[in-house]
Amino acid sequence: MADGKGPGRMTLNGLVFGVLMAVLIIVSLWLFIGRPYWFPDLASVHGADIDSVFMAVLVVTGVAFVVVQGLLGFFAARYGAQGGERAAYWHDNPKAEAFLLIVTAVILTVLVFMGQRVWASIYFTDAPADALEVRVTAEQFQWSFHYPGPDGVFGRTDNKLITATNNIGLDREGDPAAKDDIFSLNVMHLPANRPVKVRLRSKDVIHSFFLPHHRVKQDAVPGMAIQIWFTPNRPGQYELACAELCGLGHYRMKATLVVDPSQEEYNKWLQETAAQQ
Amino acid sequence: MQDSHAHPQLGFWRKYVFSTDHKVIGLQYLITAMSMAIVGGILSLLMRLQLAWPAELWPSLERLMPVAFEGGPMKPEFYISLVTMHGTIMVFFLFTAVLTGGFRNFLIPLQIGARDMAFPFLNALSYWVFLLSCIVIFSALFVTGGAPYGGWTAYAPLSALTAIGSNQDVGMTLWLAAIALFTASGLMGGLNYITTILTMRTKGLSMMRLPLTQWSLLITAILGLLAFPVLLAAAILLVFDRTGGTSFFVPAGVIMNYQELSYSGGHPLLWQHLFWFFGHPEVYIVILPAMGMASDILSAFCRKPIFSYRMMVYSMVAIAALSFVVWGHHMFVSGMSPFLGSVFTLTTLLIAVPSAIKTFNWLGTVWGARIRFTSAGLFAIGFVSLFVSGGLSGIFLGTSAADIELQDTYFVVAHFHLVMAIAPLFAAFGGLYYWFPKMFGRFMNETLGKIHFWLSFIGVYAVFFPMHVLGIGGQMRRIYDPTSYNFLVEQQPVNVFITIAAFVLGATQLIFLANFFVSIFAGKRATENNPWKATTLEWQTPCPTGHGNFGPELPTVHRWAFDYSVPGAPDDFVPQTAPAVVAAKH
Repeated sequence: MADGKGPGRMTLNGLVFGVLMAVLIIVSLWLFIGRPYWFPDLASVHGADIDSVFMAVLVVTGVAFVVVQGLLGFFAARYGAQGGERAAYWHDNPKAEAFLLIVTAVILTVLVFMGQRVWASIYFTDAPADALEVRVTAEQFQWSFHYPGPDGVFGRTDNKLITATNNIGLDREGDPAAKDDIFSLNVMHLPANRPVKVRLRSKDVIHSFFLPHHRVKQDAVPGMAIQIWFTPNRPGQYELACAELCGLGHYRMKATLVVDPSQEEYNKWLQETAAQQ
Repeated sequence: MQDSHAHPQLGFWRKYVFSTDHKVIGLQYLITAMSMAIVGGILSLLMRLQLAWPAELWPSLERLMPVAFEGGPMKPEFYISLVTMHGTIMVFFLFTAVLTGGFRNFLIPLQIGARDMAFPFLNALSYWVFLLSCIVIFSALFVTGGAPYGGWTAYAPLSALTAIGSNQDVGMTLWLAAIALFTASGLMGGLNYITTILTMRTKGLSMMRLPLTQWSLLITAILGLLAFPVLLAAAILLVFDRTGGTSFFVPAGVIMNYQELSYSGGHPLLWQHLFWFFGHPEVYIVILPAMGMASDILSAFCRKPIFSYRMMVYSMVAIAALSFVVWGHHMFVSGMSPFLGSVFTLTTLLIAVPSAIKTFNWLGTVWGARIRFTSAGLFAIGFVSLFVSGGLSGIFLGTSAADIELQDTYFVVAHFHLVMAIAPLFAAFGGLYYWFPKMFGRFMNETLGKIHFWLSFIGVYAVFFPMHVLGIGGQMRRIYDPTSYNFLVEQQPVNVFITIAAFVLGATQLIFLANFFVSIFAGKRATENNPWKATTLEWQTPCPTGHGNFGPELPTVHRWAFDYSVPGAPDDFVPQTAPAVVAAKH
């Protein structure tokens, strides 16, 4: 064995390390295949694509994880030494290295393209023409939702008009288009199966518009108006969270998203909300 | 510094406190950073307490910290200041300091056969400025108004507006001062390291004969010199925004208390670009030295040459170069152009290739080895496992589409802790167990070292692996009370599990601290120069190494640093200084 060929010694430390690697692999398989906890239930159209990218990466990294941790554990268990035994003396294998380099590069390139196809479908395609538009304003520590009302036109807003009751500075007096606008604090309604454009602004610091069930996350940045779109496809009540640290009330900066089963019910909510204003 | 025998006997203060000896400065860095680690660690345990039992009252903690626990529960602003201070202390004042201040100072002259750094005084100055920065950041914990709570990334405008809350006033100013001082200290060190490695290598020590530790330290120093000034500039601009009425990072139209503030023309994303232009190379400033040290230690205890030395060097160079063009992957959903998102996805997955190559090479090193399971060797093997676990989750986050659902969740927390905190921590532990005899002339206790390894190894996986699951479930970072969200309540048992594991892990580190400090004075004496039978130059010097490092003659190097188990050689290692008679060709 002095030449490093043949099996090394099994040492207690090596075996324990090998067993721990086996445990790590089994626990990971349980966590990622058995899935005692997983993503919140999917509730949007594009979310399925995002989840499929996640799954593709999970398969690739999962195989790499099991193989590498498994080999490391196996080598540790098998190639132990007590004293002066000598290891194998080899330290280069250009062909194997080139092979591994190319395989890694090819797999990662495939992942890049799979991911970019989905990224492009989310960001580089415009929302369909029939999409609804909602203007969302984030501030410490609440969410304001602004709907255009029956005329379909958003009324003018002005920072100078902002008061405790007029959160977004809507110019109801000066702009006729603003008269029928609908404003809602911390409650957002959307009809199911209709694309929605969300135009995001922030009044103070950076916040992040996070709908975990819809696989939507977009920072709201003061000084910018950022538009994203998605299609909620499962009626129900969901939580909207702030995902970017925004101050001491960050953890309670949440709102409710209600996805109404039909356009009629959505309209009904709009009318009820308008009646209160 | 060429005249070792002319070194006069120095008194206590000049020898151990105001020293210009690189080894003393290295130890000063190590011990200062270890103290900071204790602070940062305690902060993280307080965070875990809150995350596991968010509604709990803590009367005993209230007695200890009356303001933070006023009335019984932890206050939300205190929680996010814990997050901020833990991150800042660990990234800068522990990891950057231990690896680029501690080990780098201690090891560079010893491993390249020099008597000291090129600029010993600058080196000492670098430490004292670092110590000052530690005092400043530590004091931020105690000022009226509280420690800053803008996160270690200090995103503007939250960090720019002093009116936002009392924590963001004096506390945030101290944070910026500490970062500026730290950066200045890092720059002084960096210049010194590069000059020393490039110009002061002993006879025969060509670049391709350097141990991987030295390559990693050289590359890291270059990264630091290019990245730290950007952070320094950003910090100064932020100070102007806060006190000088400028608007670099604050746009027009920001509203506080129904009033529009008088800023105009700034952009919040500018801060993020500047911060991450520094911040991503910073990740590699921490991980590269860990890779280098782990490689050398792994090879020494595998009794086998590192697999593919050349590829190891080239991949470190590639990682370093690419680290400057991946910063945007921190900003996929920040409002940055989605076209840039595509570019940064590509560069990010590109940087995974050299990282994968390094992993293959570590496996190639262990394959066919004869591993001596010392504490140092175990920590080096543990490093490989943890780096793989943390590195693979980076592929999810680097893929922009998958990042949409994972950004700012615990998946990110799990990823960066494993890859840039825990893996480097294991390499640093390995380094301490390995070089301890060279530092203090004694060994650390091996039995305690192994207990420390096994409990830590199980502990870090128990703490950080389940965090991936929390993140997949959607748990946001920096959230004071996860149970306030219905979609997170179901997975709260995972938070409790992690917290319990974290306390066990924290207690385990007491074993290490006791072992470390007791061994300095009472550890088993190291009677020979080269107790681990290693090849590199530092093992040709006595334990502990004296002032001037080497005897009257500087050593001459005849071979690379990895001649272990050379067929036909009398011993299973051939020191770098051994003449080329028995050498295998390299």
